[in-house]
Amino acid sequence: MLRLEHVNAGYGDIQVLWDVSFRVKGNEFVVLVGANGAGKSTIMRVISSLISPTSGEVWFEDQRLDQVPPYKIIDLGIAHVPEARQLFPEMTVLENLELGSLSPKAKAHRKETLKWVMELFPRLNERQKQLAGTLSGGEQQMCAIARGLMSRPKMMIFDEPSLGLSPLLTQEIFRLVQRIHGEGVTLLMVEQNVKQTLAICDRAYVLENGRVVLEGKGKELLENEQVKQAFLGI
Amino acid sequence: MDVFIQTMVSGILIGGIYALVGLGMTLIMGVMRIINLAHGQLMMVAMYITFVLYEYFNIDPYFSLLVSMPALFLLGVLIQKYLLNPLLRIESIIPQNQILMTVGVAMVLTEVMRFIFQSDYKSVKTPYSSAVLYISSIAFNFPMLIAFGIAMLLTAGLFFFLLKTDTGKSVRATAQNKDAALLLGVNAEWITQLTYGLGAALAAAAGTLLLPIYYLYPDVGGPFTLKAFIITVLGGLGSTVGAIMGGLVLGVAESLGATYISMALKDAVGMVIFVLVLVFMPGGLKTLTKV
Repeated sequence: MLRLEHVNAGYGDIQVLWDVSFRVKGNEFVVLVGANGAGKSTIMRVISSLISPTSGEVWFEDQRLDQVPPYKIIDLGIAHVPEARQLFPEMTVLENLELGSLSPKAKAHRKETLKWVMELFPRLNERQKQLAGTLSGGEQQMCAIARGLMSRPKMMIFDEPSLGLSPLLTQEIFRLVQRIHGEGVTLLMVEQNVKQTLAICDRAYVLENGRVVLEGKGKELLENEQVKQAFLGI
Repeated sequence: MDVFIQTMVSGILIGGIYALVGLGMTLIMGVMRIINLAHGQLMMVAMYITFVLYEYFNIDPYFSLLVSMPALFLLGVLIQKYLLNPLLRIESIIPQNQILMTVGVAMVLTEVMRFIFQSDYKSVKTPYSSAVLYISSIAFNFPMLIAFGIAMLLTAGLFFFLLKTDTGKSVRATAQNKDAALLLGVNAEWITQLTYGLGAALAAAAGTLLLPIYYLYPDVGGPFTLKAFIITVLGGLGSTVGAIMGGLVLGVAESLGATYISMALKDAVGMVIFVLVLVFMPGGLKTLTKV
């Protein structure tokens, strides 16, 4: 469904990604793991066309994403839930969610989608009229995920959804992520929480210094010596 | 007592028009994070449009709103698209060279108008220019009253647009977090053009509404850019409700100054308030209203 082919990218003169290739098949749940500065978020920004690769190609179904302006990506069916939520703090929860369904197609189903999303996140339902900036960290993450769902995406990409959350809230967010996967949405997730995410995903890629160094089924990687040493501290 | 009430009434009426000027500036400030130093000059262009329409085509100034506002909207969109946005793509040592560009735009607009119309003072004398409405002993200048009414209608329209429509929400979203807006499918570049156009159209409305009671010359823009800046700072940068309050406060302050201190010093009163606000309430009136 999504594939990156030999992507090189960076900021200005600093190259972050070196010949990165990977793919996500339809209905799969794929995770990218790696330490700080491994280039995980940069990959997300390349997929969303916020940065253009210096070379290589990004394909989604039969569209080349790296030649599409960033505001058209969501219309193609990819919802990006960015790092650190990036909500609109001075707008209400409801307004934030409405902004998730701007495209004519999503707008036509706005009411039904809103009802579905509110069932999925009862806590947001209670806080519809509250300003997003006043929500707690966990609620803000839920709001960001809900906002992504409002576009009825074929694929969602999550950038560090557990950032700054307590272990308990992290588990709750991961349960929601799995539930969304269960609804038939293809997922790509970036996480530092290696152990937990490898346990719930289908496949994973390990990134190191902007290169893909390992690939495999989530549970296999959990047993991998290299992964154990680098991330799990065993 | 009557003098005081009269002063307040005139202050509030002119304040309504100032609010329009400030609203346009604060919108641009909120979305693009720049001070539009061509704001008063855009207003001046709209005043000349109104003047020409009245002088040569006999069109009532209030009807010429229908021409001056769209014309300035278009001018604003073009300025943003071809003069301001290209600057964003250039790395430079001065991060805010868009502001310098607005200064350039202001100068060009002023000199073009001077070239066409010379520096003479012009004004529009309508039959109702000096009509006055009395409520007990308080005088309401008729064109002022109409101007205030239209200004309030336009303000209400703007708020409806920003709060209730998807495009308006996209404008607010872009102001609060541009990258997130892009991810949600907001064409941020178009939003900046729309915002500058709207700001220019609001300035145009203020100019057109002011013309029957004011006078016009190419340099009239400068003082209004300054006023717009004072209003925006008074209200708290980027705050729409603050801009309305700021406009009213400035109008009343100038009016009080003119009555109780001296007509010649009325602009100075505005500046004194400006300085006081900067010292004692750096966040502007926004800190009181929180919007």
